[in-house]
Parts: sequence; C-alpha cells; structure tokens
Amino acid sequence: MTTFEKVRDITVEQLSVDADEVKMESTFIDDLGADSLDIVELIMAFEEEFNVEIPDEVAEKIRTVKDAVELLDKEK
Amino acid sequence: MQIEGKVAFVTGASRGIGRAIAIKLAEAGADVAVNFAGNAAAAEEVAAEIRKLGRKAVLVQGDVSSTKAAAEMVDSVIAEFGRCDILINNAGITRDGLLMRMKEEDWDAVLDTNLKGVFNCTKAVLKYMMKQRSGKIVNIASVVGVMGNAGQANYAAAKAGCIGFTKSVAKEAASRGITVNAVAPGLIATDMTKILPEKVLEEMTSGIPLKRAGLPEDVANAVLFLVSDDAAYITGQTLHVDGGMVM
Repeated sequence: MTTFEKVRDITVEQLSVDADEVKMESTFIDDLGADSLDIVELIMAFEEEFNVEIPDEVAEKIRTVKDAVELLDKEK
Repeated sequence: MQIEGKVAFVTGASRGIGRAIAIKLAEAGADVAVNFAGNAAAAEEVAAEIRKLGRKAVLVQGDVSSTKAAAEMVDSVIAEFGRCDILINNAGITRDGLLMRMKEEDWDAVLDTNLKGVFNCTKAVLKYMMKQRSGKIVNIASVVGVMGNAGQANYAAAKAGCIGFTKSVAKEAASRGITVNAVAPGLIATDMTKILPEKVLEEMTSGIPLKRAGLPEDVANAVLFLVSDDAAYITGQTLHVDGGMVM
C-alpha cells in the first residue's frame, strides 16, 4: 500500500468519510469535517500505523492529506 | 442499573472506598481490574470477592503517580480484557499538617498521587475510550476540595484540582460518548479517617445534617449510578455524598 492509501484508509475510518472524498488536496478540517479532537486522533493513528513520533509543532502544520503523506514519507 | 459485561479499572481498590466500588461494580455485572500500590493481600481479597460474584478480576499493581506505570497498567488491562469501559480514579493518600509546618515532600506526594495520578490514568485510558466511542470516568474528589479543611491544604488543592480536571475532560471527551464526573465524599468510615482523633470525629459528625459518617458503600452507590446508562446525560458534575455537609 502506498503512503497515500494508508493515510486515506485511516482518515476514512477516523472521520467516517467515503474513500473517494479523500484526495491529496483535501483539508482535514474544511473538506473532511474534522474537529480538533479528530486531528489529535488522526495524528495518533498515523503514529501507530507508521511507527513514528510526530511532535506537536509538526502536527500543527498538517492541514491537508498531502501534508500528512509528505511528512510520513519523509519520516519513513 | 446494570453494567453487565463492562470492564472497569479501579485505582486504589484494595481498601476503603476503592474496595467498595470494585465490589459494587462487580455486583452490577462488570469485570474489574483491581489496582493497588502495596497491599497485595488486601487486593487479592477484593479480587476473590469479585470472583465469588462470578465476574473476572485481575490485580494490577502500580503507582498511579508514575506516568509510565499508569500507561503500562492500562495497557495490561486492555491486554487482559480487550477494552476498558469504566475508569474510577480513586487512589489517594493524605499527608496532613498545617501549612506553616507542611513539608515540600508532603505537598508533592499528595499532589502526585491524588492529582497527577488522575491525569496519568485518565490520559492512558482515554486513548482507548476515544476509539471505542464510549466510556465512563468517575474521579473520587472530596468535600474538602470544595470546602477546604485546616490541616489539609495539599489534599484540598489536589481534590479541587480533580474537580476542575473533571469538568475540562468532560468537555473534551463529550463528543466521543464519554462522560466524566466526580464524586465528592464527605466523612466516610475508612482506614483513612480512622486515624482521626475521636474528638475530631465527633465534632465533624455533629456538623453533618444526617448526623453520621458515611459508609464506603454510600460512595460506591453514587459511582455505580454515574457509570450506568441511567446517568448517560450527566457529565462534568460533582455528586456530593456527604450527608449534607455541602449544600
């Protein structure tokens, strides 16, 4: 699975959205309806799935699916 | 008011109020993880009582004031039962003394166990409750956290902190179907209050409208209500179980 696919699947599960709604340019909050708690849960799920640690100051900058994919690719 | 098949983690469950809560929740159908710090024999007795009721019990030894220990304990509860539906933050200690004479270590010890312990266990459990989209947390505060008490500045500060913590986490977790409430016991007959001089106990009792000390079961009954579905619409509250000391 590509990083995008993994991020998409986690996002679908956490936010209860359809897979085809999750695009690289989608923003978690505005496009996918996440609230601040959803973001925390997403970050924790990413950390678990990719076995990385995402510091708060990095996490704060994640707005879009692309931001998450690029960060996780870099951390891998 | 049944909680059939739920999994409860009760801290400080080997004695006193914690013991009564653990057994009460088991009576109502919950499997219980019994946390204790030092008294393994007492904790084993509580576990045996729970098993007699036909429920599962596991012993979880550890110091709630350690963030690492708390996380490991919660992970072990999840490993054992696969979930955690109910957290009762009950573990507490006292190091009484007038402020003028209170040592830094007396302050730290009480704040570490009674307040940081609540933070540690709640944070560790919340991760799983968030995923479950359900959970009940009850923090055992104290009448002293509301009224204050000469000789208990550390204990009162920790318990008042516990009430503020309860309200904040209730707001944070509400959207995930998790309720967080506090129970504030008054004078309850336990090992913790047994050490008080007879005269002090008499004086305290005379100031209680119901004119008697409460029993650990009185507190356990309130806790059971708050973790049951009957209290589904109640969150962020502090339920006083004190014979009317605070109104």
